[in-house]
Amino acid sequence: MKGRGKYLVAAACLVVCTVMLMPLAMSILASVKPTEEAAASPPTYFPHGLSFDSYARLWSYQEGLPVYLANSLGTALLAIVLALLLTVPAAYALARFPIPGKEVIFVVLLLALIIPYQALLTPMFLMFAKIGLTNSLVGLAILHTAIQLPFSLYVLRNSFSAIPRELEEAAIMDGSSSWEALRWVFIPSAVPAIVTTALFAFITSWNEFLGALVMMSRSSTFTLPLILATSRTETSLGGTDWGMLQAGVTISIIPCVLVYFLLQRYYVSGLMSGAIK
Amino acid sequence: MRHGPRGRLVGFAYLAPALLFVLAFTAYPLAQMAWMSLHNWSLLSPPRFVGLANYERAFSDTQFWVSFRFTLLYAALITPVLIIGGYLLALLTARNTVLRRVTRTVVFIPVVIGLGVSSLLWYWLFSTDFGLVNRALLDLGVIDKPVLWLGVDATVSSVAISASVVWKVIGFGMILFVAAIQAVPTDVVEAALVDGVSHWQRVTRVILPLTLRTVLLVTLVSVIGSLLAFDQFYIMTAGQPRNETATSVFYIYLNSFPYLKLGYGAALSMILAVTILVFTVIQLLLTRRSHQ
Repeated sequence: MKGRGKYLVAAACLVVCTVMLMPLAMSILASVKPTEEAAASPPTYFPHGLSFDSYARLWSYQEGLPVYLANSLGTALLAIVLALLLTVPAAYALARFPIPGKEVIFVVLLLALIIPYQALLTPMFLMFAKIGLTNSLVGLAILHTAIQLPFSLYVLRNSFSAIPRELEEAAIMDGSSSWEALRWVFIPSAVPAIVTTALFAFITSWNEFLGALVMMSRSSTFTLPLILATSRTETSLGGTDWGMLQAGVTISIIPCVLVYFLLQRYYVSGLMSGAIK
Repeated sequence: MRHGPRGRLVGFAYLAPALLFVLAFTAYPLAQMAWMSLHNWSLLSPPRFVGLANYERAFSDTQFWVSFRFTLLYAALITPVLIIGGYLLALLTARNTVLRRVTRTVVFIPVVIGLGVSSLLWYWLFSTDFGLVNRALLDLGVIDKPVLWLGVDATVSSVAISASVVWKVIGFGMILFVAAIQAVPTDVVEAALVDGVSHWQRVTRVILPLTLRTVLLVTLVSVIGSLLAFDQFYIMTAGQPRNETATSVFYIYLNSFPYLKLGYGAALSMILAVTILVFTVIQLLLTRRSHQ
């Protein structure tokens, strides 16, 4: 591209980046405004002083931030473990074993792709209420696993299928069982796919809102997005505590952005394989 | 070892946990939902069979239609912006220079954060007295008094919410478009260059037709996502004014949970699931064809 065009592209890129980063930057800046300034109307653009009071208020808000962080993290980790425990062996079976009716089983396993979980929450709530899985991190993790399972299974099956048969045949010649082949050949060869699925399970669970809203009614079981959404209308000061809300937004965003930057390559390729089923 | 009856059994053993899980937590709720939709079902009294009464009620329920129409309008409002905007961003950033890569990375950041959390962020930005949107528009002289963005007027609320969601998800379409544009064979583009077509003609006559399938795919993903919208409306308007900004999922949520009309909520969920199914089947057919 020649002269003027190059500068136009550069200018357009800078404008786009500014527009996209501005809301995030403003949220972070609002979270470090001193208490009075954070509640000012009209609002200031840039903080006139630096203060972590908003974070301190969030830290001790209702049950306290540690409880909500633990709930969110605990649910996400459970969902990751559960999804991997279920989908790694299943993907192995689908990739390598002669199972009758395999195609039909695969479609059943991908059922959640066709039926949105938003539509299934009414019966799931009833079922979870019966077996004591409402207000439970395990229950919420099960729900998040159900949402994430088709994606994980799909990515892992493709990854296992792409592993050359010679590799496992060598293992079998050495007298390994199918379990040992999975453990020593398949899992090590599919690390990128396993990382991708764990990553997506984390992001899905950490960010998910409606399911948590439906399943959790006791505030001690709330996840981070849930308590923040509650705090937007319930405050002690007689109005929304905007500084604290943005402190919560900032904290919620950090792990997602970290995961994205650390594992960008996996992230984008995972997204592609998820969208182009 | 992997063949014969024993191989089958071993294979099935590996498959069984996932299969049982899906049967218990997806297939069973689906069947239960169909069954519940035929009942007058609340947690407070025993279920009573009512046949198709819940569906009849849905079709004559004005509020259901208001929410359904609102959801369709929202999808119709946001989808073109996402497609055209995402495509333009992809055209801008498709080549692999440092600045373009950085721009792509930046545009994609909001995709990884939660919709609920981004809605809380924008709930503040659009706040009448405390938000930076009004502050900036006042300072620029675009408006002379603060606008009531959220929860007072359905149209104004939709515009504000759409703006926030466009910011949140536009990177998703862009990334898929970038991949499609990069997959256009360079000799095709070069042949067009030799023919002396302008930059814009190259886009409309060569690149766009060759990436049309991705455009359709992203359109479907966007439509399905919009039809399932909930978080942004629950958080930013809570359905106000007068439930005019309550989407379909929102209305199902209201019936099933605060009102505990579970049978009716199940019937509404069935209607939603069938609507989504139509779009999903088109999407799957489309992606399957693009693999061959």
